[in-house]
This record gives sequence, structure tokens and C-alpha cells, in this order.
Amino acid sequence: MNRTSMRPKFFTTFFGLLMLFPFFWMISSSLKNSVEAFATPPTLFPKSPTLENYRKVFELLDMPRLFLNSIAVSVTVVFIQITTSALAGYAFARLQFRGKNAIFLIYLATMMIPFQVIIVPLFIEMRQLGFVDSYLGLGLPMIASAFGVFLMRQAMLAIPRELEEAAILDGASHLRLFRSVALPLCIPTIAALTILSFMSVWNAYLWPLLIIFSPEKMTLPLALANLHGENLTDWPMVMAATTLTVLPIAIIYLILQRQIAQSFLTAGLKG
Amino acid sequence: MIKAKHGRTAALFIAPSFIPLVLFIILPMFAAAVLSFSSWDLLSPPRWIGLANFQELIHNKDFYNALKNTLIFIAGYLPLVYLLGLSAALALDRKFKGSSALRAAYFLPVITSWVIVALLWQWILNPQGGLVNSALATIGINGPGWWTSTSWSMISVIIPSAWKDLGFVMLILLAGLQSIPPEYKEAAAIDGASKRQILFRITLPLLTPASFFVLVISLINNFQVFDQIWVMTRGGPEGSTSVIVQQIVKNSFDYGRMGYASAMSMVLFLIILLITGIQIRLQKRWVNYE
Repeated sequence: MNRTSMRPKFFTTFFGLLMLFPFFWMISSSLKNSVEAFATPPTLFPKSPTLENYRKVFELLDMPRLFLNSIAVSVTVVFIQITTSALAGYAFARLQFRGKNAIFLIYLATMMIPFQVIIVPLFIEMRQLGFVDSYLGLGLPMIASAFGVFLMRQAMLAIPRELEEAAILDGASHLRLFRSVALPLCIPTIAALTILSFMSVWNAYLWPLLIIFSPEKMTLPLALANLHGENLTDWPMVMAATTLTVLPIAIIYLILQRQIAQSFLTAGLKG
Repeated sequence: MIKAKHGRTAALFIAPSFIPLVLFIILPMFAAAVLSFSSWDLLSPPRWIGLANFQELIHNKDFYNALKNTLIFIAGYLPLVYLLGLSAALALDRKFKGSSALRAAYFLPVITSWVIVALLWQWILNPQGGLVNSALATIGINGPGWWTSTSWSMISVIIPSAWKDLGFVMLILLAGLQSIPPEYKEAAAIDGASKRQILFRITLPLLTPASFFVLVISLINNFQVFDQIWVMTRGGPEGSTSVIVQQIVKNSFDYGRMGYASAMSMVLFLIILLITGIQIRLQKRWVNYE
């Protein structure tokens, strides 16, 4: 390593630490008492660390319940979305039927519709169906994804014909072929899709905000956003709540770092 | 060849995704188009009013303000996130000790939800006792009101947005950089090209497909900007951070003007359609695929 390349490395590291600093500040603030948290000059580390803010969070919010809500909604929606996407992807990649191209074009066109554009009629529809303030209303719009179908089709197009023909000669049905040949060969794409759609459901804010009202049905982002009230906000307590929410996700990220980056690229380059 | 040989099987495979897409995306899309020509408060039956909603939109100060703010937001956010993302990508486009840890550091905000990002920065930029103003006060500067001030509120939502998305831009540009054959740079270096010349004459031109992708996806995403602004400012103070989607939500869910809000949705849809159309047309002409 020569001397000229030391300087950019220093800057990159410095900015890397700067990128992490808001997270550090979040944790540090969450461990301060309400006097120290607002102090001038600000202290980098809490002088006398306290868990008081965390106690307040658990008093104000049913955190285990919120975590369970978020996990239940995300896991269910993602599982159904992957299943419906894989099934349609298989049909478009491996089956011959009338109107195949026309129907696939409808899927492609659907990918161009931004969710923000349809929130008003979608809400009215859910209201007519009686699904407002329910997980059905929250989850139904996300159980199918045109993008997911598109990705699964790409993956299933790559399966060699010979594998399929051998199985058909053995008398396997397409459902069996789908389950025991196509799905196992598409695991990388399924993993990428799982990560992407899990993150989008887990982090969703706009649709839950419109459709869920009861505190006991709220997902994490919704309940957290409500902590910031109209009047005085207890920021150290809010930071304790966000710390509790970020930590599990950050740990999962550190474990799956490469796969997560890869799934973002898959989405970016193919979509 | 029998074209329709798997007709029934195919129907069974496609229906589970096709029916929900029709019911929850395509149908609402048509409904939004129809609603945009009507007046409906959900209580009395909808009335067809022709172009009246769009006529109101053209003359409405709030919508004009929201459209202007959305453009200002993008004009501030896009250069910031692109230049920082590009710098990070160029700096991390080689392996050294700790380079993968640094990539992770840049990417961590990407996987964090907008709600958390917004709360985090609202606290950092809190006018009283927030990190930035406390630090400024220590050196004798009276910090601005940030998200509570009409002149600083837009900057206060742009900074967190760029911070969150920078890692995503970096990732896409890194992939672009890695697809450039190293021979090009080596050949230029042998011919005596300076580092600066290599960057501006070889690397950046060959990076245009990735840059173009970042530009298009950022435009499409940020015309729909909502979450972070709603959490931080609710569009305020005094409408200084009011954006298109916030106006849609406000008019439909606060004022019960479903038709008028749908007209706004249609304008948003047309803007995004236009960007996509321009992308498809210009991609071949602008982008340098070697």
C-alpha cells in the first residue's frame, strides 16, 4: 500500500463512522437521564447510564405484542406472496397456454402502478369489504406482487429442459414438478425475494397508518411514530424504543449482510 | 404445436396472484381514474363533475405548493445522495482491511425503516437539546429551529433522506464499477493518463448505465416521498414541507374529498409514467454501453 492511497482510506473510514454516528447517538441518548440528554455541551457517553427510559417504553407500549404483530404480519404476507409469485412464475416460464404473453403484459403494466397512487380507492374498497382496522385489510393488498412474479419467471426460465422432460416421462404432474424440481432450483431468487418483501412489509408505514387504528393491532413503525406527539416529546424514551426496534434488525443484517446486499442488486438490475 | 396444452394447469398456477392483483391494484387504479372526475365525500353517492377537480388543482395554492416542495426536495436530495454515494463507491471499489465492514456501515441505514430514521434525526435536529444545536451552543452559536422553522424544515428532511439512501446508491454504483473491465484503466495508465483523467474519461462515462438507473429510480421513488416527512413535520410548519402524497392523504382522509384526492393521484401517476417513458426512450441514446 503506497502513501497516496492512505488519505482516501482515512476519509472513507471517517465518513463510515459518521454514517454510524446517528445510531451511536440513539443508543447513548437512550441510556441518559432526562437532564443529561438535553445538556449543553452534549456528552458523548452517558455519565451515569440508566435503564429508566427502557422501563418507560415498556410501561407505555406493549413491546412484545408489537414485535409479535409485526412478525406475524410480515411472515404471513411474505409467505403468501412468495407462494403466489412462484406459482405464476412457473406458469409463465414452463407452461404453454393461450394468452400467455397478453397476461404477462398485464403483470408488467401492474409493476408500473405506484402504491401511493391507489391508496384512496383501495381504502374505500377495504371499507366496503369491512376490512378496515383488520389484518386482512392490511395484508391483502400485499399478498401478490407483479415484481415477485417477474423475478420468479426469470429464475424458472433458467431451469434446463432436460430435467423437466425426465420428470414428465416418470409421470410427474406439474404441481410435483413445481415443488420438487423448480422450487429447489430457485432458492437463491426465493431468498432474495424473501429479504426484499420482508423488509418492505416490516418497514411499511403509509398503508398501516391509513388502515389500522387500534393500538393492539399496530405494527412497530406505526406505534413508534405515535410516540412523537403533538406536544412535548420524551426524546430519550423515544430513542430507547427505536434502539429496541433497530437492534434485532441490525443483528440479522450483520449475519445476512452479503445476501441482503445481493437481493438489493437482484431487484435493481433485473427490475 | 398445441398452444393451449396446459390451459387448466396454467389457470390454477396464475389465479392466486392474478386475482389479488386485479382486485387490489388494477381495479383501484381504474377506480382512481374514474373518481378523479367525480366528487365524493363517502356519505352521499359520488357525482360526476367532469374536469372540475383538475381545474381546481391548477388554481389551488396548496397543490401548487406541494408540487413545488416535492421538486425542491428532489433537487436537494438527488445531487447530495448521488455525489456522496458515488464517493463512497469509488473509495470502496477495492478490497482493503475493513472495506467490507465499511460497506456494511454505509448500508445499515438502508435497511432501517423511514419511521426510525425520521425519529432519530428529529432528535438530532431538535431545536432544544438536540445534538446539533447543543454542539452549536457550546461554541456560542444559536442554532436554527430546524424542522420547526419554515426556512430550515426542508433541509431537515433532506439530510436524513440522503443519509438513509446513500448506501443503496453506493451499492448500485459499486456493481457498475465492478463491471468495468480493469484493462481499460490499465491501458490508460500505461499511456500516461493521470488518475483524474482516468476517472473523468473512462470510469464515469462507463458508469452511466448505473448512474442512469439511480437517477430514474430516485425520481420515481421521491415523487412519492411521504413517510419521513409525515413523521417529522406532517408537511409543516406552514406547509413548508408539504408534498404531493401528503396532500393526497390530507384531502382524502382529513377532508373526505375522495374525488379531488384521486385527481392528485392521477397527476402523480402521469408524472411517474412520464419519467418511465423518458427513461425508455432516452436509455439507448444517453447511456454508454461501451
